[in-house]
This record gives sequence, structure tokens and C-alpha cells, in this order.
Amino acid sequence: MARAVSPRRKLINTGLAWAIGLLIFFPILWTILTSFKTEAQAIASPPLFLGFDWTLENYGVVMERSDYGRFLMNSIIIAGGSTILGLIVAVPAAWSMAFVPSRRTKDILLWMLSTKMLPAVGVLYPIYLLFIQLGLLDSRAGLVIVMMLINLPIIVWMLYTYFREIPVEILEAARMDGATLKEEVLYILTPMAVPGIASTMLLNFILAWNEAFWTLNLTAVDAAPLTAFIASYSSPEGLFFAKLSAASTMAIAPILILGWFSQKQLVRGLTFGAVK
Amino acid sequence: MHLRNALRAATALSLIMVGAAQAETITIATVNNGDMIRMQGYTDDFTAKTGHEVEWVTLEENVLRQRVTTDITTKGGQFDIMTIGMYETPIWGANGWLVPLDDLSAEYDVDDILPAMRGGLSHDGTLYAAPFYGESSMIMYRTDLMEKAGLEMPEAPTWQFIREAAAAMDDPANDINGICLRGKAGWGEGGAFITVTANSFGARWFDEEWMPQFDQPEWKAALDFYVNLMNDYGPEGYATNGFNENLSLFQQGKCGMWIDATVAASFVTNPNDSTVADHVGFALAPNAEGVEKRSNWLWAWALAIPAGTQKEEAAKAFIEWATSKDYIELVAAKEGWANVPPGARTSLYETPEYQDVPFAKMTLDSINAADPTNPTVDPVPYVGIQFVAIPEFAGMATEVSQEFSAAYAGQQTVDEALAKAQAIATEVMEAAGYR
Repeated sequence: MARAVSPRRKLINTGLAWAIGLLIFFPILWTILTSFKTEAQAIASPPLFLGFDWTLENYGVVMERSDYGRFLMNSIIIAGGSTILGLIVAVPAAWSMAFVPSRRTKDILLWMLSTKMLPAVGVLYPIYLLFIQLGLLDSRAGLVIVMMLINLPIIVWMLYTYFREIPVEILEAARMDGATLKEEVLYILTPMAVPGIASTMLLNFILAWNEAFWTLNLTAVDAAPLTAFIASYSSPEGLFFAKLSAASTMAIAPILILGWFSQKQLVRGLTFGAVK
Repeated sequence: MHLRNALRAATALSLIMVGAAQAETITIATVNNGDMIRMQGYTDDFTAKTGHEVEWVTLEENVLRQRVTTDITTKGGQFDIMTIGMYETPIWGANGWLVPLDDLSAEYDVDDILPAMRGGLSHDGTLYAAPFYGESSMIMYRTDLMEKAGLEMPEAPTWQFIREAAAAMDDPANDINGICLRGKAGWGEGGAFITVTANSFGARWFDEEWMPQFDQPEWKAALDFYVNLMNDYGPEGYATNGFNENLSLFQQGKCGMWIDATVAASFVTNPNDSTVADHVGFALAPNAEGVEKRSNWLWAWALAIPAGTQKEEAAKAFIEWATSKDYIELVAAKEGWANVPPGARTSLYETPEYQDVPFAKMTLDSINAADPTNPTVDPVPYVGIQFVAIPEFAGMATEVSQEFSAAYAGQQTVDEALAKAQAIATEVMEAAGYR
């Protein structure tokens, strides 16, 4: 039975949740506001919150200077491609670890995670040389593979956790009824794990979208995604904060919209199995 | 008749094919700053003249540095032209990573490049990168506050005068700091500034045997002076201020003086962005009394061709176009003389219209006062004023400047920071085999 919560406590909790939410969202809000200021207003002290002359000039300059559509398309292909490829590899791997574990399954899982502990720059040169040899530099295919590989441990771990929550008896019952492995995965396991798979997919998409080390270092013209678009507006010698904010807003807008519409699935997936 | 037509068609086709083979698309990696962005806007002029197309990869300075270094050391071949600085050029030229620019056309007039720039972008007398624009550092000060303080800025002041002026202009009640200077960690940020300050106190990074010199009294004098000056009259949190932070403070009228890159002059005198545009004066970077070296640096953003590019001819054509006298005239005609790329060519400073630009003379004087081959009072085995042109410098100087910034922030004493700097530099130089 759920514990009764007094209206006063509920009000406090809600207020606290809103305050934390706004605190986390504030940097994004500030970026969006700055994108509508002039460069002089962007550095004004004390800072201007809403009382400034709103302008779309920065967006005009950014659109004129950069081919936003090309960067956006590359981001969609790289983030989307690596997510799909990652799921194709990770679903069978997580299935076998969850339902047919061996003595070494835990070790393998830990070892997979340990690859995330290496700073990316440590393997920049080997990967760069490999890309030169394979002709993958500045190619979307190359970035899809790299993004998939760096996010794979997280995908496998998340899926493994979700699959472990599914009672093995249901799968056994399906087998008793004559279901093949393919049918078992497609018609029993997948529908039950949809929230988990969806949230894994979303999280991986966001991670790949925001990744800024490999996407900057392995691209030049053809495969450069939105991270490179943002980097072209940052400068240590010259104040371009308003334009940088406009570029950042344009870069995060698609993912912000995606996150907004899929927040229910995201929350459901991330808390899947948390309550017994 | 048929034969003649066939011959005509074949000739036309071969001409088209030759034309297509000659017209290339070159990829240029560059930094995001006003002059470079302006150049991108004029790319059509280059294409119209040569038929070559240009693809731009614009990146933030530090990202660009890492990106082009990775590419050139692995022979990745991603770029046909790279925008690099005075630090990289002599090192990369010596390693054979760059195409020598020793066969530029007579019309280009390579002798017109300012000698200081040409020297800093060469190795063994061979030019490896053509300067797109150059800069030194100088004092920018508020003429109205100076007048109010009853002082007059000499054309070549000493650090002692700067301290006196900072004390006179400092006005905490009105949120005005006597002086704003870089303190941010990073070899190209606060590291560059404290190195030139040390030069002007008679200090140097290494002696002729590559022995680090942070344990010498000149370094202590420089660092003590800087810390006391900034603690007394600098802005709060100066240990994390770099170029942009100080530019922002100065433009909002919160600094009496600012010593930094000469390119800042066009920003602080631009009434659209600066609230003090009409009250800015310029002077040479200071020195300690009795020390002949001043605290001004020398830097250029230059265009270089990585060895191994398949499009060397087109790349050279672009460099000749972008760093030519004609390009300067093109920008002057469209956007005015104050917006042309400064600090690269002697002829620019002989142009009467450019001489009317308020900061032109001081920029030239500052550049001419900098000698990268003879940067310090005592002799040194290296080239470079605000840097030491050896591959180990960037990493080592970043660590050293982090120690200095910690001292600025009050986390350790000047003596502790200098002792750590000495230990860092000694270890790096021994590991690299200099000693």
C-alpha cells in the first residue's frame, strides 16, 4: 500500500523537483537567450536576462556562413547509424549473457566496461592510422563504426540489465510450445523489452549526437557533424558568444525536441526494473 | 567534313578535360577569427581568378592545432592548406612536413613581407608559411581616465610607470580596475603573457646549455611584480582571465589599461561593441627600468602546405591570392582600411590611407620591436619570444603556466610555483635529451 503524503509535503517535493530541474536546464536556457542578443549584450555586466532587444541576426549570420543542413544530415546519419548498428550487435550479445550465462559472463561484462575507462586521446593515433589505411577518414561510415564501438559497452550493459528482469520461465514456456530461437527473441523477448530497447536507443542516439572528440578528429568536410559546426564558432581571440550560442541552439534543437517527445519512454526505460 | 567535326569535338573535349584536371577543390583548415571569416567571404574572387574551388574547415584554435598536428604527423592528407602559427612553422619545416614556399611568383613580392614575420615563419632561411596576418602586443589604455589621473602615457613606458598609472586609475567604487592582464593557464594564454613579462625583466626560459632558469632572480622579480600589480589593481579572479575575458572587461569600461594582442585594437575601438571606443590610446608594451627588452610578443597566423598534398599548385595559388597586396586592396575597397589583415606586409604600412588608422603605427612599431631570434637579454639557444620553438614546449609550458595560475589564485606562493616550474622543465628537458 502506498504511503500517504500530506499536501504540504507534496508541494515542497514538487517545488524542489522544479527547482532542481530549472537549475539543470539553466545553462541551456541561457544559451538560447544569448543567441537572441547582440555580441555587446551577450557580455553585458550585470548580465541581461530578458530585458534586451531581441534579434535574429546571429541566426542569419550562422545560416549564411555555414551549411547547417549538411552538418545536420551528417549528425543524423552518424548518430542513427551507430545506434542501429549497435543494437544489432548488442541485442544477441545481451541475450546470451542474460539467458545463457557462462562462468565468465560477469568478467566479460566488466572487461567491456573497462574499455570506457581509457581516455579517448590515448588511442587517437592508432585509430587515425587505421582510418588512413582503410580510407575511412572523413567518411560517415567510419564515424558510424567508431561511434558504435565506443557506445557498445553501454548498450550491452543496459540491455543486459533489462533482459535480466524478464522471467526466464516465460521464455521456457515459449520453448515448450515449440518456439524457435528466432521466434523466442522476436515475439517473446523483444516485445517485453521494448521500453528497455527504446530507452537504450534514445540514450545511445543522444550520446552519439553529442560526442565531440572523435567527430572532430576524424572528420574534415564530408562527414563533419554538428559538433564541428559548433566548434567553428568558438574562438579564444574574439568575442563571438552570441553567434556561438546561436550555433549551439541550432545544434541541440533536434535532440531537445526528440528528448521532449520521448521523455515518457526514456524515463520508463531508465527506471525499468527499479521497482519490484 | 565528318573528320573535321570529329577533330573539333576531340579538341574541345580534351580542352575541357585539361581544364577539369587543372581546376581543383582544395581543403583549407583554419581558425575562427574575424580576418579568417572575412577571407572565406571573398573565396569567390579566388575561384573566379583561378577556377579552383575551396572547402573550408573552420575550427576553434586549440581544436585546430590538435587536428592538423594529428593529420600532418600521420600523413593523413586531409588538408591541402593548414593555418598554423609561428610556433609550429619552424618545427614542422625542419621536419620536412611542409612544402617550402621558395618559388612564389615575382608579382607576389615576397620581400614585402615584414622581416620579423618572414624570420619567424622560416627555417634555415626558407619560408614555410605565408603570413595572413601578424600581431604583436601593446598597451591599450583609457585616455579619459589617464587624463583624469593627471598622467600622460609615454610612448614607451616602463613597468614602474604602469604600476603608478594603475594605482591612479584604479577605482573600485566605480568598478574600474587599474589594469587587466591575462592569468589563465595555457601556454598560449597566460603562459605567453608571463613569458614576455619575464623577458622584459631580463629573464629567460633556458640558458645556452638548455638549463631551465626559473630559479634565477629575474623570474622571481617578474612574477612578484605581476602578482603584486594584479592583486592590488587587477580584476577579481584574474587567474582565470584570458584574452576574451579581458576584452569583455575593457569594452565595458572596467579596465584602465590592458596589455594584449595588437589585433584587439580594432575590437576596442569599434563603437558597435565597445563602450569606450572613443577613449582608447596605445603605447608600446612596457619593460622593467634598465632592461632593453620590452614585453611584446610576435605572432602570425600563416598559411602552409603540408608535404604530400596532391594539389600543391592550387594550394600555392591560393596562398599567393590570400596573402597578396591585391587581397588587402580588395578588402580595403569593400570594407575599409581598418578591416584589412594587419601585420604581414611592409607596403600596407606605407599606404597613406592605412596610416590614418589609429592603431596602425603602434602595431607596426610593436612588431618591429620584437625579434624572435634574439628574444631575451642574455643569449638563448632557442627561437621565439612568447614561446620556445621546440616540440616539447607546448606541453611543458602549459604545466608551468598552471603552476603560475595557481600562484595568482593564491593557492601557492610565487616561490613554490617557481620551484615547481623549475622541476617540470628540468624533467622534460632531461627526458627529451637536451641535457
